[in-house]
Amino acid sequence: VTAPASRRGAAALRADELAVGQTFETVVVTDLKRTQIVQYAGASGDYNPLHTDEVYATMVAGYPSVFAHGMLTMGLTGQAIAGLVGTESLLRFGVRFTAQVWPGDTLTVRTSVIRIDEADGGPVAEFSVSTMALSATDGEGREVMSGYAQARLAA
Amino acid sequence: MGALRFPVEAGHVLAFARALGAADPPGGLPRAGDAAPATFAIAAAQFDPEYPLRPRPWTPKARGGSGGASLPKGGPGGWVPPGEEEPAEPPWHGSGADAGLVTEGVGGLHAEQHFTYHRPIRVGDVLVPSTRPGEAWEKQGRSGRLRFRERITEFRDEAGQLVVTARSVSVQREAS
Repeated sequence: VTAPASRRGAAALRADELAVGQTFETVVVTDLKRTQIVQYAGASGDYNPLHTDEVYATMVAGYPSVFAHGMLTMGLTGQAIAGLVGTESLLRFGVRFTAQVWPGDTLTVRTSVIRIDEADGGPVAEFSVSTMALSATDGEGREVMSGYAQARLAA
Repeated sequence: MGALRFPVEAGHVLAFARALGAADPPGGLPRAGDAAPATFAIAAAQFDPEYPLRPRPWTPKARGGSGGASLPKGGPGGWVPPGEEEPAEPPWHGSGADAGLVTEGVGGLHAEQHFTYHRPIRVGDVLVPSTRPGEAWEKQGRSGRLRFRERITEFRDEAGQLVVTARSVSVQREAS
């Protein structure tokens, strides 16, 4: 596992800096605040009250609290991947949402190099992506999102 | 119905990136041609005039709007001032004076999202999204039947070139 913090703002990784089997871990949010969920609602335009309205989420919808938009988790995860390979180089990015992300959660993105193929236009890397949440209340860790990304690397 | 035109504006990209914890770019604002975050296509919702998950300040029918679903007068969130027609659009289902309304048909929960990038979305683009239904399937869940529905949205630039293809899967639990 490569230390992720040092990669923040660093240049995109080149093909010769990546090898199959490498895993990067990036903490993308610590103690998720309800206000960040509101911030994301405003920016994305998704005002579903399940995400921003504690009264509605608990009393009408029956959830223990509001929870983050899946797309907030995917967006945070995308930032971590962009930190590795750069947004410009992304070819594909897809995920499945497997569990809710709650206020107070700390999210860690684990990105692993699955394969690197030589292709026209440069080497293409495939990554598996897994985002884990650590709950502030019970200290329990769980996977909340899993998926893949594909990027064309600078040679 | 989706957005007719999706202008990729610097301030919008800045606000979206900030919500994802990104540091502001040098100079404070993204510049024309800068790549937007990888998931930015989803923010096309802002430009969909009929996006159901955006509240609309209540407008009496007399001042515009046509038809729309009717909810019981005097019901939760459905207060109608004396002498006014019922609202032109359903009232927002979130909490106000009361805790809100149980709603159907606002899309269920997001199960999957996939993006294929033909090129990055860039500040200054004006994208034209077009959405079509994809597959639909059902699965037996632990607490009832789950109905999955796929939607595919192609984002093209003004020259008609494909920029991003988005595939989203939503899931709705059927009352058992």
